[in-house]
Amino acid sequence: MRWRSRLRAADVGTLAVVGLRGRPVRAALSATGVAIGVATLVAVLGISASSRGQLIAEIDALGTNLLTVSPNSFSGETTSLPPSAPAMISRIGPVNADAATADLTVHVYRNQHIPSVNSQGITVEAADTSLLATVQAHLWAGRFLNTATAHLPAVVLGHDAAAALGVDRADGSVSVWLGNQWFDVVGILEPVPLAPELDLSALVGFPAAHHLLLREAPPTEVYVRADPTSVGAVESVLAATASPSAPQNVAIANPSDALTARADASAAFQSLFLSLGAIALLVGGIGIANVMVIGVLERRGEIGLRRAMGARRIHVGLQFLCEAATLSFAGGLAGAVLGALAVTIYASIRNWGTTVPPGVLAGAVGVALCVGAVGGLYPAWRASRLSPAEALRSP
Amino acid sequence: MSALELRDITKEHAGSTPVVALRDVTLTVDTGEFVAVTGQSGSGKSTLLAVAGTLERPTAGTVQVAGKATEAMSDAELSGVRCSGLGFVFQQFHLLPTRTVLHNVADGLLYRGTPAAERLDRAAEAVAAVGLDHRSEHRPGELSGGECQRVAIARAIVGEPALLLADEPTGNLDSVTGGEIFALLESLHERGTTILLVTHNDELAQRAPRAVGLRDGRVERDERR
Repeated sequence: MRWRSRLRAADVGTLAVVGLRGRPVRAALSATGVAIGVATLVAVLGISASSRGQLIAEIDALGTNLLTVSPNSFSGETTSLPPSAPAMISRIGPVNADAATADLTVHVYRNQHIPSVNSQGITVEAADTSLLATVQAHLWAGRFLNTATAHLPAVVLGHDAAAALGVDRADGSVSVWLGNQWFDVVGILEPVPLAPELDLSALVGFPAAHHLLLREAPPTEVYVRADPTSVGAVESVLAATASPSAPQNVAIANPSDALTARADASAAFQSLFLSLGAIALLVGGIGIANVMVIGVLERRGEIGLRRAMGARRIHVGLQFLCEAATLSFAGGLAGAVLGALAVTIYASIRNWGTTVPPGVLAGAVGVALCVGAVGGLYPAWRASRLSPAEALRSP
Repeated sequence: MSALELRDITKEHAGSTPVVALRDVTLTVDTGEFVAVTGQSGSGKSTLLAVAGTLERPTAGTVQVAGKATEAMSDAELSGVRCSGLGFVFQQFHLLPTRTVLHNVADGLLYRGTPAAERLDRAAEAVAAVGLDHRSEHRPGELSGGECQRVAIARAIVGEPALLLADEPTGNLDSVTGGEIFALLESLHERGTTILLVTHNDELAQRAPRAVGLRDGRVERDERR
């Protein structure tokens, strides 16, 4: 008969919890450190994912099918779009809406007494009446230019431009000094997320620019709403359509892409909190190692008994290693639940949708498991090196 | 075949002042024997049991358990000898407080790789053999000292070892309970268990069929009745 000591894999799991059940309070306390670390990691990643998700949802609500066409600039030398560009673009099949603006190179002031240098960076642009719908802008007050007011000395101010000029009414009672004549403010826009350049502009109709200001400026920006299923196709033909003779002079942009990129980049702040969470996790791991070392000292009798019952060194070591890993895993699970809860509460306070990426939860618990296993290595080694006779002699 | 064969065993405990615990001890325990080893504190009887149980290696001499020479064995191989060939009973019982009586006894088979269901079946038999079937689902904290030692004995015999090693099993018990434990060992012996008992209780040792006296690490007497 061959005598061999062996331990079934199924029994290792039972061994891992036997020791913990004996001292539940200590087990819970030592798992708390890991739980806090994991909760921090999950909360930080979850909150930033929720905030990003919210931003993306807002961007999606604005539509990701807005494209802008503008003249390219090569090392300071600016080109211009041909005057026919807006008409050509509107003939592209899957273009649902389009609107052009043209920089009129005049300035707007609160009244004629303001020194001309105080233009406050407000650009005066001619705008198509379809601009409001195309960029999905909303009016803060008044109304947008229509086919009638586009011929009249009427102006719609961007949100920042209105603030800079000190205009807070758009009922026609306020006029501004624009291109050396009075224009009535008929509307004020809300901030336009997809076309922030409109916030600091004063918009007049193309006919008014032509008849009243005597300006015939080439379009500086064409806003295009493409069919959502054909955004890529429209994007690829826009340059050649806008300027068949010089497509290289045309810049195409998708403003929602830029916003999305900014939403991704804004996650940078989280690295500080992530490192705090990692430190908490590390301290938790050290706490577990500490508790396990004490456990090995206290349980010398049990270790001796197991060796007498035929446990090999590796069996004893494995028991303590699994115990540490179980402790840490339990802490990790509790932390993941806590963290997810924190994200849910924070998101509901902010009226966001809650996003806790499952990968983050699994990763955090996995990291906790590894921390516990590493923390358990030294105590497990100590336990496995105990001489059985000596271990049994201790009370 | 002999269950245990100690030949010319010397055991020196290393330290700043080395202590020689055993000097040239030769002792053979045949299968089916019940041997009581007695001696004063410091006579080396606990060291004898540790060496016989392969818990400690002798400084010199050879140990054979059920005919297997152990001196060349690795630590893992010695673990195999302990789990299959030997059963241990200690003065302090060494029961796990969170486990029921049945599970404590079943753990005696844990390192043999026996499936859990079979362990529990055999544990139930061993618990019955020490007369504690009515306590199977209790925890050690709910038992008296004598009952705890019965559980420990059941754990030691659940694997039917070639040799049962008992280190002062009555040391923590009053004389009546100690007598009962000794009687249990006697009845196990009658049913075929080979027992090596270490005790400082001469009165009990005199009841064993064979009594070995140790003094200063040497065998002083070896009497059979």
